[in-house]
Amino acid sequence: MTREPAAHGPGRVEPSRQTTPPVGSTGGSALVVEHLTKRFGDRLAFDDVSFEVGYGEVFGFLGPNGAGKTTAVRTLGTLIAPTSGSAQVAGVDLCPENGPTIRSRISIMPESPGLYPRLTVAENLECFARLYRVADRHERIERALRAVDLAERAGDLCRSLSKGLRQRVALARALLSDPAVLFLDEPTAGLDPVASREVHELIAALKDRGVTIFLTTHRLEEAERLCDRVAILNTAIQLVGRPDELRARLFTRTLEIRLRSELADPAAVFSGLGGIVGWATSAADSYLLTVADDPDRAAPEVARALVHAGADICSIVEARHSLEDVYLELIDEDVEARKR
Amino acid sequence: MKFSWSRVIAIVQKEFRDYRRNRFVIATMAATPVLFLLLPMIQLIAANTAGNTAHLSLRIGLSLLYMLIIPVTVPSAVSAYSVVGEREQGTLEPVLTTPIHREELLIGKALAAFIPTLLIAYAVFGIFLAAATAFAHPAIASAITTAAHVLVQLLFTPLLAGWAIWVGIAVSARSTDVRAAQQLSVLASFPPLVIVALMSLNVIGESVTLAIGLGAALLAVDLLAWRFVAAMFDGEWLLTGSRG
Repeated sequence: MTREPAAHGPGRVEPSRQTTPPVGSTGGSALVVEHLTKRFGDRLAFDDVSFEVGYGEVFGFLGPNGAGKTTAVRTLGTLIAPTSGSAQVAGVDLCPENGPTIRSRISIMPESPGLYPRLTVAENLECFARLYRVADRHERIERALRAVDLAERAGDLCRSLSKGLRQRVALARALLSDPAVLFLDEPTAGLDPVASREVHELIAALKDRGVTIFLTTHRLEEAERLCDRVAILNTAIQLVGRPDELRARLFTRTLEIRLRSELADPAAVFSGLGGIVGWATSAADSYLLTVADDPDRAAPEVARALVHAGADICSIVEARHSLEDVYLELIDEDVEARKR
Repeated sequence: MKFSWSRVIAIVQKEFRDYRRNRFVIATMAATPVLFLLLPMIQLIAANTAGNTAHLSLRIGLSLLYMLIIPVTVPSAVSAYSVVGEREQGTLEPVLTTPIHREELLIGKALAAFIPTLLIAYAVFGIFLAAATAFAHPAIASAITTAAHVLVQLLFTPLLAGWAIWVGIAVSARSTDVRAAQQLSVLASFPPLVIVALMSLNVIGESVTLAIGLGAALLAVDLLAWRFVAAMFDGEWLLTGSRG
């Protein structure tokens, strides 16, 4: 654990990439999770969850409320014991005896900031710096506060801070120990758009530094913006991959064409075009073409065919499926499957 | 990872900083001792030495018993808040995510209640002795300042406080409501006081040997209570309200 926390204000953290595993780690992955399951009596929190997260990666854990995201973070953070399965966290096997060792290598920022309201910002951080036994305590606190742009508020009581500022203090607290893996549990929950954007900038800056981040969220734009890979969880993992991979796996690639007026015989125009495997009318003057491979290669030929047919082209664009589409598709499928 | 006194000190320091700005804690730590100092002082200063000796002895015993109520009531309210209060304000989870051992957390919480209790209780006893010597009848003052009485106070104050603290933390670790925890822990803190009361009221003959014997027994109970509280502290239940 030799990395230093960030400095110089939100979104302006020092940009050196630091992707080395912590001292004492045995593998190349920050997290290795294999068939992890957690039950509370008859209630299944999450089931047979497996994934890996590399050092320096920002991994998103997406899922609806009650999907088991927070329980998974608590389990990997050794706060609760798994029912079955195994995991390695920052190179250490997940078991009760290794709890303090694992917790010394990671940081968890829970959904609620959990600051002592009657203590000042600096006093809160000092308490946690002591609990982590960081060597250069005061310097670390100053740097962590500068990283979240709160150096001027060090003497303020936490109860006097807004929710957004409290979240930033919680992030500073999570940075104090210079963790090998930083778990952020719904970091923007309950924040207004401005405060959310500030937290996003801070996370993006940490990402640029190469900090390994495990981010749980149900805000899809957040995951799409910040995460290298995501796992979609609804008690069990539905899919893991890069957002663009997930889109490709779930949806065929399509070209969306908008014309000034309707084609007289669209079948004659689109049938037989190379790389186009199907077409449909989406509105009177709009068409969706299913592309076999690469939309960029198919688009010129489509344009030529349309010009040849005398059509006035307004636009030809690749129809983009957002991560939200992927998410909704998977969650809906899962809900349907459970009903059956 | 080994037990770290540095983490214990971090918890103690945090608690002290919190007490400073917590009106409830300040009120509990100030009002209770004042009440239990004034009542016996008034009794003794107003006492008539011409009366029956047994009656006077009972008054002295009662006055000294008041002193021993302080180490029971002051820490029990504070320690009853220690776990459930943190749980309610959402600060327990961040603490448990650090490398802290539950023993370090519990000893930190206990010391944070113990140190001010001991200081307050001994200070109040000192003031009581000084006031008795200055204002009460000399016969009463000399009856109060016997070695056995002073020993009982010095010995049982920390031991009763220790019991009250572990009971308070145990109740707090199993409660879901701060007020209920505080009420229950105050009630549960009193049983050892009964034995001391029997001594103070001369139902059991007061002697140095008996005081030391009872003190040793209470120390053993305190140590057992500490082990019991450490074993029953269930972080998973505290965070999730369920057990796996």
